[in-house]
Amino acid sequence: MGSFQTKSKVSKPQNPGGHGLKENELWQLSGLIEYRPRAKYDFSAGQALGIFLEKLKEGKIVGSRCPRCGRIYVPPRSYCEYCLVPTIEIVEVPDTGTVHTAVISYIRTTRERMEKPEIVGIIRLDVPGYSTNEYEFAGLFHRLCGVTPEDVISGNVIGMKVRAKWKPPEKRKGSILDIECFEPLPAYGNP
Amino acid sequence: MKVNLQVKDRVAVIGAGLTLFRRRMLETPKELSALAVQQALDEAGLTLKDIDCVVLGTAPDAFDGMHFNGEYLADGAGATNKPMVRVYVGGGTGVMVPIAAWWHVASGHCDTVLAVSEEKMSPARPHPQYVFAYIWDPILERPLQPNLIWIFAMEMRRYMAKCGASKRDIAYVSVKNKKNALDHPSAQAAANITADDVLNSETLVWPVNRLDISPVSDGAAALVFASEKIARRMTDTRVWVEGTGWILDNTHWYNRELAYPRYVEQAARMAYRMAGVEKPSKEIDVVEPYDPFDYKELHHLEGLLIAPKCQAWRLANEGYFDRDGEVPSSPSGGLLGVGNPIAAAGTMKTAEIYWQLTYQAGARQVKKPVEKGVAQAWGDLMQVGTVIVMGV
Repeated sequence: MGSFQTKSKVSKPQNPGGHGLKENELWQLSGLIEYRPRAKYDFSAGQALGIFLEKLKEGKIVGSRCPRCGRIYVPPRSYCEYCLVPTIEIVEVPDTGTVHTAVISYIRTTRERMEKPEIVGIIRLDVPGYSTNEYEFAGLFHRLCGVTPEDVISGNVIGMKVRAKWKPPEKRKGSILDIECFEPLPAYGNP
Repeated sequence: MKVNLQVKDRVAVIGAGLTLFRRRMLETPKELSALAVQQALDEAGLTLKDIDCVVLGTAPDAFDGMHFNGEYLADGAGATNKPMVRVYVGGGTGVMVPIAAWWHVASGHCDTVLAVSEEKMSPARPHPQYVFAYIWDPILERPLQPNLIWIFAMEMRRYMAKCGASKRDIAYVSVKNKKNALDHPSAQAAANITADDVLNSETLVWPVNRLDISPVSDGAAALVFASEKIARRMTDTRVWVEGTGWILDNTHWYNRELAYPRYVEQAARMAYRMAGVEKPSKEIDVVEPYDPFDYKELHHLEGLLIAPKCQAWRLANEGYFDRDGEVPSSPSGGLLGVGNPIAAAGTMKTAEIYWQLTYQAGARQVKKPVEKGVAQAWGDLMQVGTVIVMGV
């Protein structure tokens, strides 16, 4: 190691290469090409999520149970990712749960500011008999409503009991958006 | 101690090169790769004809705007007419590339390997953020129109709730790393700032503010790997790869505890076992954990078993991870300070451990003597841990 010590006067990297540009310098480059891909996709929901979305239309949340290890997956998968056997049994689960985490978004997908911030989070669903450790749970990513930014900042929202707020049946389309949001149960003082 | 009969050749890192990291670079992705490779070869005292194989890394094709980006980059990365492979695990790519380069040599298949990582995020309009929209599940997630920062904010909020850390506690990491980067010649976001500056910067998705996040960057990084025979002949500024680990969790981040990265712990245990490291918190002298967000460095220090669970924020605020602290963390300045050209960022971290262990880090050299270091990257939907242990 002593021999390395003598090299400590060296400082790497030496003169790293390349030229940074200011934004206006970029626009002035000759030969700048602007290109917009024209692409459109139609995604099939597949076996398991196809059933999940159909049941959302009926106002029900379903998962799938692994016949080998007993895990209940919500949202359902058609295979158990630990046993890789088919999870043929579909089980209905409660539309209630607790908030695992929640945040306040001030920006859209494209980074522009939102007029009205949106609260989103993870809901750990009340799935009885869920068989695995504390690390894994049946849960959904969704919007939260009836919760204030102050609840998020103070931490009141973490662990709050919530229930799915469903769209009226005639407006459901078999989409994750058939659930409008998750809202606090009345015991938590929701008006 | 170190027993791994499967490894045919001991593997050394014998050179490293970096470009500048900047918000937007004039050079094309190929040209950036070439600049990093030229510097790494010079440092190793090799020319391209001495290189047997090439490993490439670049994150989602959509940033550079090129499909088959690996093959596209190949000639700039010195891979023409050589065995070449691209590896990809999102942000974890930057350390996966050195790991893959290691196994090329360790297996006995190649004596010398160029490991090259490149990223050019700047071409995407209106903002590179938009390109991240394509990593979300099309059925369950995209209908909610998420922004990538949501998932980090959710994880940070969970870490705060579970571990009792405040935004100010976490902001310390951003302050530390941006300050460390003042001594890094490639740095894009080096600054002397305070925790108040972080807290007062624009709130994007509470609890994440602008200065909690690394910048959008262009840049490239390269390393030269060699078998023991070549390494001993070529140079005495070499470090040995003592352990590697990589683990992928599932994409179902909403079904997992976000306060702790179990996949990083599993990858770290895999690497420590190979390296014969039994007490990482005592045996690792210097660490470069992945820090695209300030809380992520804390998260990863815990996953790497260098800090106890939920204690990294406390230790950080006591100066434990400062450059002159007990276990210097991100002495380079990290992604928060040097910049975050995704794949190149993790390789920059690996290069920093190489320079630290060979006492070539100049003003960034940590105060304590160093013999063993760790670089780590993370990626995808809270999924992947890639870990490399290096020693003298």
